[in-house]
Amino acid sequence: MPNPYKPRDWSVHPPYKHDAYASTKQRAPSKPLIPLRQTLSELTGPVYGHEAVTPLDADLTVNARRNGAPLGERIIVFGRVLDDDGRPVRDSLVEVWQANAAGRYIHVVDQHDAPIDPNFTGAGRCLTDGEGRYRFVSVRPGEYPWRNHHNAWRPAHIHFSLFGPSIATRLVTQMFFPGDPLLPLDPIFNGVPDPEARARLVSRFSIEETKPEWALAYEFDIVLRGRRATPME
Amino acid sequence: MAKQTASQTVGPYFAYCLTEAERYGGRDIASNVLATEATLGSGVRVEGRVLDGAGKPVPDAMIEIWQANAAGRYAHPEDTRAQAALDPSFKGFGRAGTDGNGRFFFDTIKPGALPGARGTQQAPHINVIVFARGMLVHAYTRLYFSDEPKANAVDPTLESVPESRRQTLIAERRESDGRIAYRFDIRLQGEDETVFFDV
Repeated sequence: MPNPYKPRDWSVHPPYKHDAYASTKQRAPSKPLIPLRQTLSELTGPVYGHEAVTPLDADLTVNARRNGAPLGERIIVFGRVLDDDGRPVRDSLVEVWQANAAGRYIHVVDQHDAPIDPNFTGAGRCLTDGEGRYRFVSVRPGEYPWRNHHNAWRPAHIHFSLFGPSIATRLVTQMFFPGDPLLPLDPIFNGVPDPEARARLVSRFSIEETKPEWALAYEFDIVLRGRRATPME
Repeated sequence: MAKQTASQTVGPYFAYCLTEAERYGGRDIASNVLATEATLGSGVRVEGRVLDGAGKPVPDAMIEIWQANAAGRYAHPEDTRAQAALDPSFKGFGRAGTDGNGRFFFDTIKPGALPGARGTQQAPHINVIVFARGMLVHAYTRLYFSDEPKANAVDPTLESVPESRRQTLIAERRESDGRIAYRFDIRLQGEDETVFFDV
């Protein structure tokens, strides 16, 4: 039997209940989680390979075009998916979704008074390579209002969904942009208790990967749970 | 050692990427139909509702399920047991968004029993992951089957749950129009809150 995964690091992850984020009040589990000894059920998880993605999937400026390029500032988002021992998470599915440049989601429920872009859906996916690297091309998402409190606005962000090698390594998170003035005001971002863990959700501007005459680049590394050093009993 | 990346909520707007991409002109990698006619085992529907602490339906949750095939084998490279065969027509992963009434369902097969830690045997079960707006971290639970009382009685995970709460993990079997369905409601909060695990 392979080694189990390390526990979720609750000094890093937000608590379920975070009063400033109003929706947690009725949706946060209130009883303590029951520890579960990992079995084959937790050491395995869905496997997606190259058949699950096409090269177009990773370019959000192209994958939903109807009659032209989407509006907004083109960006490159790249980084590595690693485990907490620094090992690359290879050939692993990364899914992303985001608002368009005007801060509007294509989702039918989003009724924010900002235009839909006919050439942009805002959904993408790719596989990490042999070094755990991933790369998307997109447009910079806009900020948008929400009804959590008076004059509440979400900072610009991109949603990330990752599987890693098992259901124990499953992670859904959000990537933010450096210098966003809304970050200190955002109850979701600030649901993460540790300031250093929050800072790691903010991407880093990379002049090295910025393509001249074309697009700014932002680097965002993601760290999933690694394995324990000792095998299961 | 690097620190884990913090979880954030899936938010309300994931459907066009994760659960209903086709509706928006994209392609879904998973759905709520896991079994085809070729899949071995008995076809079952798993259905339920996601409810919040006030008992109100949660219309924007995402449920993921991960399960073994009818022989108790996971379609994953770390499940290498020769005595339980893979079924090429069964991947074992499903995804569904809840509807306006908080309802979800999966069409799948009943998984087989499989080994647990220290020579124990695990009762047939489906691993369930719950995501929603208002949940900053996803929650893990397990679905067990009401028509497996003997296997359930010795399942180590069920045994680790206080007896008064075990019922929240047992999906009730019912039959209608010749179809077998198991009812599994997920209560996020409150007196009869579903058991969630620290996996």
